[in-house]
Amino acid sequence: MRVMAQMGMVMNLDKCIGCHTCSVTCKQTWTNRTGVEYVWFNNVETRPGLGFPRRYEDQEKWKGGWKLDRRGRLRLKAGGRAKKLLSIFANPNLPDMEDYYEPWTYDYDSLVSAPAGSDDFPVARPKSLVTGKDMSIQWSANWDDDLGGTTETGHEDPIVQKIGDKVKFEFEESFMFYLPRICEHCLNPACVASCPSGAMYKRAEDGIVLVDQDQCRGWRMCVSGCPYKKVYFNHTTGKAEKCTMCYPRLEVGQPTVCSETCVGRLRYLGLFLYDADRVAEAATVENEHDLMNAQKSILLDPHDPEVQRQALADGIAPDWLEAAKNSPVYELACKYNVALPLHPEYRTMPMVWYIPPLSPVVDALTETGHDGEDIGNLFGAIEAMRIPIEYLAELFTAGDVEPVNDVLRKLAAMRAHMRNVNLGQPVDESIAEAVDMTVAEIESMHRLLAIAKYEDRYVIPPAYEAAANSLLDELPGCSVSFDSEPGDRGVQGDAPIPVTIESFHLTKQRLEAESYEDLDYKQ
Amino acid sequence: MSGLDIFLFGVFPYICLTSFVVGHIWRWKHDKFGWTARSSEWYERRTLRWASPMFHFGLLGVIVGHFVGLVIPQTWTEALGIHENVYHAFALIGGLAAGLVMLIGLVGLAVRRLKTPAIRLATTPNDKFMFAVLGVVIFLGLSVTVYWQLIEGGYNYRESVSIWFRSIFYFNPQISDIAAAPLLFQLHALSAMFLFLIWPYTRLVHVFSAPVFYLWRPYIVYRTRDAETEPGAALTPRGWEKSELPGQKTSKR
Ligand code: HEM
Ligand code: SF4
Ligand code: SF4
Repeated sequence: MRVMAQMGMVMNLDKCIGCHTCSVTCKQTWTNRTGVEYVWFNNVETRPGLGFPRRYEDQEKWKGGWKLDRRGRLRLKAGGRAKKLLSIFANPNLPDMEDYYEPWTYDYDSLVSAPAGSDDFPVARPKSLVTGKDMSIQWSANWDDDLGGTTETGHEDPIVQKIGDKVKFEFEESFMFYLPRICEHCLNPACVASCPSGAMYKRAEDGIVLVDQDQCRGWRMCVSGCPYKKVYFNHTTGKAEKCTMCYPRLEVGQPTVCSETCVGRLRYLGLFLYDADRVAEAATVENEHDLMNAQKSILLDPHDPEVQRQALADGIAPDWLEAAKNSPVYELACKYNVALPLHPEYRTMPMVWYIPPLSPVVDALTETGHDGEDIGNLFGAIEAMRIPIEYLAELFTAGDVEPVNDVLRKLAAMRAHMRNVNLGQPVDESIAEAVDMTVAEIESMHRLLAIAKYEDRYVIPPAYEAAANSLLDELPGCSVSFDSEPGDRGVQGDAPIPVTIESFHLTKQRLEAESYEDLDYKQ
Repeated sequence: MSGLDIFLFGVFPYICLTSFVVGHIWRWKHDKFGWTARSSEWYERRTLRWASPMFHFGLLGVIVGHFVGLVIPQTWTEALGIHENVYHAFALIGGLAAGLVMLIGLVGLAVRRLKTPAIRLATTPNDKFMFAVLGVVIFLGLSVTVYWQLIEGGYNYRESVSIWFRSIFYFNPQISDIAAAPLLFQLHALSAMFLFLIWPYTRLVHVFSAPVFYLWRPYIVYRTRDAETEPGAALTPRGWEKSELPGQKTSKR
C-alpha cells in the first residue's frame, strides 16, 4: 500500500440550474486570452445533448482513454508508444475547429460610431476571432443549451444512440438536466500517458494534473488522449492548456473559482486518500460494470488507523490527514455512496464525482399531478422511469442501472424523510431502512447536501506548508496595491484579475497578514 | 580557388555551424515557451492528414540519404563490395522516391497554408522567411538530382562534395573539392548552410525535441510541486495576451 492524496470534487446535479456562472467566471480568470477563446476549462452541458466538443463521448471516433487489449492488458485506445510517434505529424484523432466552434466577438464599435441621424439601424456583426472576418455563427460550446434545437440534433447524442433512440425529444415526453464538467484530474490520466514530451504530470501532493508550458512541444496527443476532451490546444502559442483545479487558489486555502462562484452551491472540494499501488489493477478490471466499485476500492478510509499510519509513513502531512478525515467528497462517494464517477468505462479513474439528479423523476411526478415527495410515489417512479435512468447509467456507471437506482432511492428517501421532519410529522424509520440507512445518517447527509455550509463544502488542506506564506504574494494577482509597505509588493501588471466578490478584502487581508494562520479565509 | 570560394566554403560553414549550436543553446535557455511545432491541425485537418506525414516521412528518407551520401566515405561502401554503379542506382531511385514524396507533401502543406485564411493569418513573417529558405533548399536539391543524375547521367559527388563536407568537421576544409563541383551542387550546399544558420531562430527547433524518450518513460508522470516558482511577473506573461480581433491589433495593452 502506498498512500497518496488526491484533491477531488463532487457536484450535486439536482442543484444545478444551468446558469453557466461557473463557466464564465472560470473563463474570465483563466482563458480570456488570445488562442484560447474557444476553450472552456469548465463547461455546462444540457443532457441529452451533444456536449463540448460535439460528440466527444463517441470514443470509437475520438479514441480517447484506455481500453483492454485481447489479452486483458490496459492500453491507450489510440494506440501505443510507437503508433503515437508514427502519427505525430498529423494526429488522426484530433478534434478541430469545426468540432469545437469558431470563436467570435461582435463589432460593437459600429454601434457607437454609427453616424447620427442615419436611416440604417447599426448592427454589431459577429467577427471571427480566428480570421477577423465577418462570419456566420453555426455552433458554440452550448448551442443545444436547455434542449435548444434538440429535435434536430438530439439523436446525435452518443448516449441517446447507445440506448437505442428511446429518448424522446417531444416537449411533453422529454427530460433534461445539466452536467457541469471540468478536468477530472484522473488517477490514471490518459492525457499524461499520451504526452510524448513528458510535459504533463500529476502533482504528487494533491494529484492535480498539469501541463508544463516550458516542456510542452505542441505534439497535441494529450488533446486526443483525454476521453473527456479537457485538454485544449492553444492555437496561438501552440501548446496544450487545461483546467488547473485553480491550484494557485487551493494553495492559499480558497476553493476553485467554479466552486466559489457556483450559484447552486453544489460543488464540494476535499481530499481522497488512495492506494497508488493498486490504480493500474483497478483500471484493468474486465467487466465495465465493476469499474466503479474497483475505483472506490482503492480509495482508502482516512479513519482506518492502519491507513493513517501508512499515510504518515508515506509523507502525508498530519494536517492533510486531518483534512482527509473531514473530506466531504470522501463522505459522499464512499460513506453515503451517492456520488458516481463520470464515464468510468474510460478507465482513467476520474476524480470529479456526480450525484445524479432526482429532479427528472420528481418533475415527471408533479406534472402528472402526483405528490413528488411521497416516498411510495418516488420509489415507484424510479422503477418506472426507465429512460432517464438508463441515460444516467450510461453517464455514470457504464450502463449499470442498479447503482443509479440505489442513489436515486436514497435521495428520494432523504426528500420524503425531511418533508416529514419539516412538517412536524412523526418520524417514519421505515423510510430510512428502505434504503439501508439510519435516520441519523439521512439527516447528516441532508445537512451536507441541502444545508451545505461553506466550510462543510470546501475542506481544503491548510497551507501547502512552508511555501504558503511566500505564495500569498504570488497568487495571480489583484492589480490593486495596498501601500502599507510601499514598493514591497505592488501592481502585478496585466496578470489575470481575480473574479471573486470577496477578493478585495481577501487580497487586502492576505497582503497584510503576517502568516497563513492570520487569515480567516473561510469568511 | 578564389577568395570568394574560401569565404563561402571555408568560413561560412563555421559561421553557420556556430549559429546553429549557439543559437539552439540560447533559444533553449531563453525561450522554452516558444519551442513548439506550432501545429495548425486545429484550423484544418483534411489536407494536413496526408500532406504532413508525406512531407515528414519523405524528408526523413532524404535525411538518411544525405547521411549515407555525405558522411559514409566511398571507400567504405566499396570495401563492403558495393560498386559505385550499384550505389548510384540505389541512391537515385531512393533519393528520387523520397524526394518526390516530400515534394508532394510540401506542395500540399503550402497550398493549404495559402488557401486557409486561419492558417495564413497564423503564419508569422519568421515562418514565411523559413518556408522560403526551406523551399529553395529543397528545390535546388531536387534540381541537382534531376539535372545531374537523371539528365546528365550521373555525377559522383562522393569524390568532391562529400569530401569537403566531412573535412569541415575535421576543421580542415577541402575548399578546392567543392569549388570544382558543378554550380548547382554549390548552390544547394550554400542554401542548406543558410538554412542551418537561421534554424534555431525559426519553428524548425521542433526537430530537436523529437520525443523519442517516450518509447521508454513510464506512462504516468508524477512531479512534486515546485516551491520556488518565480516571483510575480511584472509584465504580461507570454500567452496571457488579451483577445483581440486577428489582423487588427491596434492597442498595445
Ligand atoms: C523527426 C522529427 C520531427 C517531428 C517529430 C516533427 C513534427 C512536426 C509536427 C507535429 C508538425 C506540426 C504539424 C501540424 O500542423 O499539425 C510539424 C510541422 C512542420 N515541420 Fe516537422 N517534425 C520533424 C522533423 C522536421 C524536419 C527535419 C523539418 C525540416 C527541416 C521539419 C519541417 C516542418 C515544417 C516546415 C512544418 C510546418 C508544416 C506546415 O504546417 O505547413 N520537420 N513537424
Ligand atoms: S479528464 Fe483531465 S486528467 Fe483525466 S485524462 Fe482528461 S485531461 Fe487528463
Ligand atoms: S454555477 Fe453552479 S448552478 Fe450555475 S451552471 Fe455552474 S454548476 Fe450549475
